[in-house]
This record gives sequence, structure tokens and C-alpha cells, in this order.
Amino acid sequence: MTDYRQKYKMTPVLGWLLQDRGGMILLGILLLGCIVIPIGNLVVPAGSAFHVPTWMLGLLGKYLCYALLALSVDLIWGFCGILSLGHGAFFALGGYAMGMYLMRQIGDRGVYGDPVLPDFMVFLNWKELPWYWYGFDHFSFAVLMAMLVPGILAFVFGFLAFRSRVTGVYLSIITQAMTYALLLAFFRNDMGFGGNNGLTDFKDILGFDLQSDQTRCVLVVASAVMLGICYVVSRGITQSRLGKVLIAIRDAESRVRFTGYRVEYYKLFVFTVSAVMAGIAGALYVPQIGIINPGEFAPAASIEVVIWVAVGGRGTLYGAVLGAFIVNYAKTFFTGVMPDFWLFFLGGLFIAVTLFLPKGVIGAIPAFAGAGAVGASGTSGGWRDRLAAWRGNQGGKA
Amino acid sequence: MSTAEDLLAEESRMIQSEKAATILYVDGVSVTFDGFRALNNLSFYVEPGELRAIIGPNGAGKTTMMDIITGKTRPDSGDVLFKSDVDLTKLDEADIANLGIGRKFQKPTVFESHTVFDNLLLACSGGRGVFQALFHRLANREKQRIEETLATIRLGDLRDMMAANLSHGQKQWLEIGMLLMQEPQLLLVDEPVAGMTDSETEQTAILLRDIAKTRSVVVVEHDMEFVRDLDCKVTVLHEGSVLAEGRLDSVQKDPRVIEVYLGR
Ligand SMILES: Nc1ncnc2c1ncn2[C@@H]1O[C@H](COP(=O)(O)OP(=O)(O)OP(=O)(O)O)[C@@H](O)[C@H]1O
Ligand SMILES: [Mg+2]
Repeated sequence: MTDYRQKYKMTPVLGWLLQDRGGMILLGILLLGCIVIPIGNLVVPAGSAFHVPTWMLGLLGKYLCYALLALSVDLIWGFCGILSLGHGAFFALGGYAMGMYLMRQIGDRGVYGDPVLPDFMVFLNWKELPWYWYGFDHFSFAVLMAMLVPGILAFVFGFLAFRSRVTGVYLSIITQAMTYALLLAFFRNDMGFGGNNGLTDFKDILGFDLQSDQTRCVLVVASAVMLGICYVVSRGITQSRLGKVLIAIRDAESRVRFTGYRVEYYKLFVFTVSAVMAGIAGALYVPQIGIINPGEFAPAASIEVVIWVAVGGRGTLYGAVLGAFIVNYAKTFFTGVMPDFWLFFLGGLFIAVTLFLPKGVIGAIPAFAGAGAVGASGTSGGWRDRLAAWRGNQGGKA
Repeated sequence: MSTAEDLLAEESRMIQSEKAATILYVDGVSVTFDGFRALNNLSFYVEPGELRAIIGPNGAGKTTMMDIITGKTRPDSGDVLFKSDVDLTKLDEADIANLGIGRKFQKPTVFESHTVFDNLLLACSGGRGVFQALFHRLANREKQRIEETLATIRLGDLRDMMAANLSHGQKQWLEIGMLLMQEPQLLLVDEPVAGMTDSETEQTAILLRDIAKTRSVVVVEHDMEFVRDLDCKVTVLHEGSVLAEGRLDSVQKDPRVIEVYLGR
């Protein structure tokens, strides 16, 4: 009883931040990274063991963006049970918005030297800039669009889907259809987004050379900061009464309706917030990777994100971040050593996690075992039990 | 010769006057699932402050009736009025809940990953808007009401327990507590004592009778001992319509009711 009094009288923000061990660790690591990585790259001389090489900056930046994308998926899947298999679309749209800005930054330095038109438009014999490219010469406009476009698409899509009470597998399938439709659309040259080559050959951002170590360090730090901010925002949402309603929707949707909540509005809110975060992740990703093409809309890419979240531990937020790092590091490693095995490995990983680590890697760490929001009602039993049971079965067969 | 017409006229007068005073008015409701008539011209009326028990064999349409009243299922025909003027067939679940109609499911349904306290908090009447919920801070008044309800449903000691870990009977009580937090004027309670021990069942009867002092309560139940304890008017449903209505004793003597129950 006193416990509850204290819990609710404490400044809410401080309260839920301090109680969140995994979150504190994550924010601590991000902060440390923001200091150590630029120093390691720019100050520590190249020969030193503590030097952070430029190629590592690219990798870290990429992982951080993927982590933010995974976070956005966990926010809806882990806490509201919305399994989006199309979140890559919001990521890609954010990426395209930033890519359009970067294209216009090239100016007359392109192959064809046209001061306004990007190379691919000159190549297509276009005479003027399509209207929807207007404004993208301003950085702030592009950033706004990187959030607004995914946000509006998610709002409209969610409004239609949630109002018609499309849930579960059906919702997952239409999110796949959405990203697939966008994939096909962006492949078309006459859409004006560079067709299957996408947007690339970027030169600089806000006047700073994209190839310089300084710019790259700033982008990595910006990614880490955005991940931290989005983490805190997500945590705030999930700890509020709204977050409790979301979990309630995940566990017993009709009970929530009969309690008087408009479930569709709640889903719409969190789905839109999540899409905006995915858009931000895409916008940070593109300048660091140097290209955005329709491949980002591939249905398989969105499914991979869900695997990251499942591997890390659904319903914890920081688990999603961990999962994105683990799986993508493994991907970097495997595609370097034995590229043919990556997909087998990914599939095997997913099966292994589903069977033995239902709460993901986070759930297997004793200190965090109770953390997942999923455990209480989901299939219970730790991975040890499952492994034991599985071994038992094998023994029985032998 | 004129008796039939007289009876009809008499009945329509009665319906008119009943309609004026009812909290729940269900008239001529039919609903069909894939050709199967789950409710067949069902009519019954509940007065303000009334406690009503509804019995009937499995598949009689009791749960379907609640689905209709709470907006989950739309009737093919018929009227469902709340407080004699709100047409419930035009509203959805959330609207109807916010009008003041609370419902307990046949299978106890609580928010399993939330504590007992949070379950009650979520049910607490008041702002249901997304942004209200986002910036909500627990008010003293709300906390007090939760405490009262915890005492009523005797789960005070388990306030911090995850609802998933409650026993079946405790979940039933928690769900009733959640209904109370909604401050409904009409409670629809579907099989509240399923899975309860005898003493829990007795307590539940006392609790529901207590609740019915300040609001209308409709209880669906199979347990005849429990229905007797409720000590109220009983409506017997069979194949989607009302078979008999009255005190439990008289209803139990009705040959048609005996046949329906013994015929299976
Ligand atoms: N959504 C539905 N689709 C098809 N048939 C349905 C649906 N809902 C109910 N029914 C059928 O309608 C009939 C009435 O069901 P209902 O659940 O209302 O019975 P009940 O009186 O509550 O029974 P019980 O005592 O077993 O709870 C049953 O035969 C059931 O199979
Ligand atoms: Mg039933």
C-alpha cells in the first residue's frame, strides 16, 4: 500500500526512469558511445588499439538506426500486440525524404551538371522538377517530411484497418501488402524517385562533406541521441495510463472495449507514433549508408525487423535495441565469412528463439527475467524448462 | 371472441407503461447466425433498481442476449432501449459502456499482465480519451475509490499481484470489481459463480444483492442454489425466447420449464 503511494507520488518521469534498470543501462551506453566514439575516431591516432576506424562508424550508425526501427516495432508489437510486417515502409519513406534533400544538395555537381534536376531526371529527359520535390532543398522541410509522411500514411492506414477491426494475422498480411505495393511503386521510373537505382551519390549534408570523419561522427552521435530520446518517449508512453491501456488491449481487447475505451484510437495513436520513429530512423540511416532504393520496402526486410525484436526480447523496448545489434552484427559477420548461410542462420535463429527463448535474450538473463511485458499471460516456463522438456522428448524418441 | 384483441390491446398498454419505467427494454429481438436463430422474438424488461436472474439450458441464447445489449452483436430485428429512450442497437461497445452499462464475461476476463490495482484503475470511470490517458495522474479520489472496491471484492491484500496469478474465483471477483469502478447503472453479469467454491458462491450472491440496492443487475447463472440466494424475479430463456418468468419457486413448477430442463 505504502509502496503504491510512493510510486505514484514520485515525480513520474524520474520514477519510471530510475525503476528501469535496462533502460538506464541502455542510456548509459549510448551516452558513453557519444563521447568515446568521436574521440576514438577523431582524436586517437590511427595506429592505436583504441582508434575507431571510419568503417566502424558506418556500421555503428547503421546498427543504431536499425535499433531505433526495432524499438518502434516493439512499441506496437510488444505493448499493443500489433504485429506490423510492414514497418520497413515507414523507415524507407523517412529515408527517401532525407535522400531527396541530399539529392538536391548535390546541385550542379552531378554527372549532368544540372543545377536543379537530379541526374536520374536529366537522364529521363525531364525538363522540370516534379512538384513533390519542391521544398526538399531545405533540410528542415525534409526532416519534417521524414516524420510527417510515414506518420500520415500510418494514420490513414491505421484508421482504415483499426476501424474495421482488422487484427492479428490479417493485419500483419495487409501491412505486408502495403510495403509490397510501395516497393512496386518506387521501382517505377515515372514515380520520380530514381526507380530501382533509388537515390545515391550524395555529396554533403547542411554543407558538410558526407565522407569526412567529422560529419560521420556527428551522424553517429545524432543517431545515438535520437535512439535515446525515442527510448525515453516510448518508455514514457508505456508507463502512462495509456500504456496500461495498450497492454490491456494486447491481452484482452474486447474487455477494453466493454470498459469504455475506444480501442481503435489507442491503436491509431501508438501506430502513428511508431511510424514516425521508424521514419526518423530511416532519415538518419540514408546519409550514413549513402543510398536509398526500393529494396528497403522489401517485405522480407520488415519481417527481419520483427526477428530482431523477438531475438532481443519483446515488450521491453531495450530488448529490441539489443536484438537489433545482435542480429545485425551476426549478419555483418556471416555475410563476410559465409554469405550463403546467412538466411539459414536467420531462420534457425528465429526458430530457436521461439522455442527456447520466448522472452528473447533479455528474458534469459536472470536479472531481467521478469522484465518482459509479455511473460505474465503468455506461455510461461523459462528456457531451461523448455530445453529440459525438449531434451526429454528427444530422449523419449531415441 | 373479442378476448384475443382485448388481450393484445391490454398487452400493448402494459408494454407502453413498462417501457416508460424501464432501465432496459428488449422487445421482439431476433438474431440469426448462419441460418441458426439464436434469439427468436425475445422480449423482456428490467426496472430501475431491479435484480433479475436469467436461467436457461446451454445454447438458450443468454450470452447472445448480452452481446446484443452491449453492442457486440447487432440484432436482425427488434428494439433494445436503455432508460426507455437510448437505442442501443445504434451504438458500439465503448459508447454503451460509457452510457453506464457494465458487463462481466462468461469466461472471466481481466487484464492478466496488470496488477489487481491497475485492473481497477483502468476500469475507473472518467476520461477515456487517448491524451487524457497519456497525461493521467492518479487522483486521490480515484485512489480512494479503488481502495473501497478492493475492500468490497476482498482483494485488498492482493492489490500488487498480477491478475494472471489469481484463482478463477478471484478473477471473477476482480471482474465484478472492475464493473463497479465503471459506476454503471446497469450490470450484466454472465455466470459469475462458475469455478467458485460454495462459500465464494454465497458471498457472491450477497455481493450482487448489495450492488443491486443502488443499480440494476441482470445475472445469468446455471447454479440454482445461487439463483435461489439471489431471491429475485427469474426469467427462463429457451431457444432464444422467454419461456417463463416469475419467482424461482413458481418457475420451477412450470411444466414447460421442467420439460426443457429434464428433456435433455
Ligand atoms: N457468433 C456466433 N456465431 C454462430 N453461432 C453463435 C454465435 N454466438 C452464439 N451462437 C450460437 O447461438 C446459440 C446461443 O448461444 P449463447 O452463447 O447465447 O448460449 P448461452 O445461453 O449463453 O449458453 P451457455 O449456457 O452455454 O453459456 C448457441 O447455439 C451458439 O452456438
Ligand atoms: Mg453463455
